[in-house]
Amino acid sequence: MTIKSSIETFGKYCLFIKRVFTIPDRWAVFFKRTVLEITKLGVDSIPLVLIIAIFIGAVIAIQMQLNIMSPLIPAYSVGLATREIVLLEFSSSILGLILAGKVGSNIASEIGTMRVTEQIDALEIMGVNSSNFLVLPKIIAFLIFMPVLVIFCMVTSLFGGYLVAIFTDLFPASRYIYGIQTMFNEWYVWYALIKSLVFSFIITSVAAYFGYYVKGGALQVGKASTNAVVSSSILILLLDVVLTKLLLQ
Amino acid sequence: MIEVKNVTKSFDGKTILHNIDAKFYAGKTNLIIGQSGSGKTVLMKSIVGLVRPEEGQILYNGRDVMQMNQMQIKDLRKEIGMLFQGSALFDYETVLGNVMFPLVMFTDMPQKEMRERALFCLERVNLKGADKKYPSELSGGMQKRVAIARAIALNPKYLFCDEPNSGLDPKTSILIDELLHDITEEYQMTTIINTHDMNSVLGIGENIIFINKGHKEWVGDKSQIYSADNQALNDFVFATDLFQKVKDYVSKNQ
Repeated sequence: MTIKSSIETFGKYCLFIKRVFTIPDRWAVFFKRTVLEITKLGVDSIPLVLIIAIFIGAVIAIQMQLNIMSPLIPAYSVGLATREIVLLEFSSSILGLILAGKVGSNIASEIGTMRVTEQIDALEIMGVNSSNFLVLPKIIAFLIFMPVLVIFCMVTSLFGGYLVAIFTDLFPASRYIYGIQTMFNEWYVWYALIKSLVFSFIITSVAAYFGYYVKGGALQVGKASTNAVVSSSILILLLDVVLTKLLLQ
Repeated sequence: MIEVKNVTKSFDGKTILHNIDAKFYAGKTNLIIGQSGSGKTVLMKSIVGLVRPEEGQILYNGRDVMQMNQMQIKDLRKEIGMLFQGSALFDYETVLGNVMFPLVMFTDMPQKEMRERALFCLERVNLKGADKKYPSELSGGMQKRVAIARAIALNPKYLFCDEPNSGLDPKTSILIDELLHDITEEYQMTTIINTHDMNSVLGIGENIIFINKGHKEWVGDKSQIYSADNQALNDFVFATDLFQKVKDYVSKNQ
């Protein structure tokens, strides 16, 4: 039964995506809405990303220092390990999970509210493809801005580790800087950016799907929002494994 | 004119509409009345195309909606205006933005002309000066009037209103009814109003269709309703003492 309903949901999701990816009725309106969505979904997420990144970066650096403290391991290893964790996992996958909560719930509740207040019906009656009109700008906007957030996250996390070096005597700042520069593999940055693009599509499209098919009232909108976050988080974790296998091996 | 022929619709095996036949005339306020759960909203949604009936025909000036492809339905919808129960105004747009929305999406008018048309529509519904406000800053009656202005912005041939008076005080309800009646007459639109407001029925009902448990039971106008011999209709329309007294008064003076 669960398998059957999962397949049905996936089929419905695919049909929804097919309706979303059609040519917009008015390009000018589409561009205007995309810019607004970049502000709402992307730019407004910058403070959250920066705050989380700086603290997590600091915590990673401290934990690295405490766990690999040994005369046999060079001091620059703290910087190196912090950089690898930030580039490989934190700035893309963990950030994706965080944004699935913020952006995903925002999209699901916004579209869900539009559904229960008949605003989507109003668009359909006017002859507007409501899924394309409402969802495509969100997907495109977040695809454009998610890599920017990832770059901000990388830089800020590494800066968080640097602050630990400056304000404590756990490890020398010069060794930390040397560590984050040594044995640098550029592909890891591309790997994070590619993953972020996939995750941004998952976050926006899954949340929009759950919001779009809400039936009922405020309670159901809340449930849809929760389901959107849970589903996109699971998909992010699943795709993280798949993409890591494909891109790093 | 809109004609509905033998329309049947079921949900989860339960038949909501049974072979409904009805005609809705241009330039008249056509009312669909009936108790909650009688199927009138399903009938309206079927006519508009939000719900697809299993059987029957829905003819817009002879054009059968059931035979139309997606593009034809899209074109037809540009001739339709709809007023929803909860107004369905876009929260993120101002009043002016809401009224301009169909013009932006479906016309090539210059910005200035669109703005003038939207302001004219707002003036027509007595909302001059409210153009910069957001829907959340308006009262229920004002929101309904903005929704009417948006619905008439493209000069539609067909206007649908789902419970236009719900949640409004009696005085505002009468204003909305009069506005809908005047606009219908002025633009010769085919207006269909879904209501269970008896003031509307007796005030602007020029072609009334009574739906009971999914069946069409009575057709007539507001003057004929006093002498209707349908028990379910009488129980529904004259349910309150006040309306029963009105009926008795009218019957005595006829």
